Amino acid sequence: MTRSLKKGPYIDEKLFGKIELMNNSGDKRVIKTWARRSTISPEFVGHTLAVHNGNKFIPIFITENMVGHKVGEFVPTRTYRGHTSKRK
Amino acid sequence: MARIVGVDIPDRKHIDIALTYIFGIGRSSAHKILKKANVPFDVKTKDLTEGQTVKIRDIIENDFKIEGALRSETTINIKRLMDIGAYRGLRHRHGLPVHGQRTHTNARTRKGPRTRPGSKKKK
Repeated sequence: MTRSLKKGPYIDEKLFGKIELMNNSGDKRVIKTWARRSTISPEFVGHTLAVHNGNKFIPIFITENMVGHKVGEFVPTRTYRGHTSKRK
Repeated sequence: MARIVGVDIPDRKHIDIALTYIFGIGRSSAHKILKKANVPFDVKTKDLTEGQTVKIRDIIENDFKIEGALRSETTINIKRLMDIGAYRGLRHRHGLPVHGQRTHTNARTRKGPRTRPGSKKKK
């Protein structure tokens, strides 16, 4: 189900503020964040976010293609490495 | 056998059904095309006049993305998801359902035939 257009995209305000601040001052730091539900807006491009996966912060570099997706989409929360295969 | 856009050769069926043989055109878009071309839905393909065929062809070529172009678009979209490392891309890579369905049971369409511990895999 898509979010109502009337509301616009959900962008975490705290995260967005920090990005804006860094864009204005021109420095780049890794931002730790729990805001997995936040949409990636065009301002985020070129920054690195350390996104919480429930256990650790995983750094992701935001590229242009990622705009419009949610931050959490790029950091999986589950580990699954397949079942043991009994092959001889 | 009438040829409408490229290689598609539906025949002897009502034109609204015949058009759905084209990849990228279902019942709904078929009806849209026919309404725009002013062709009744229940004409058989072989009974189409030359003018009607041309009209239908024009509408499809201008307003619809079909066959190869559509297929390549979908693969590009999927490839994009895989390249940016999104969750949906991972699901495509692993051949698992993409839209959050359960995988405890079912999901056989994506996962393919069952493999049991007893049954030997070929190769």
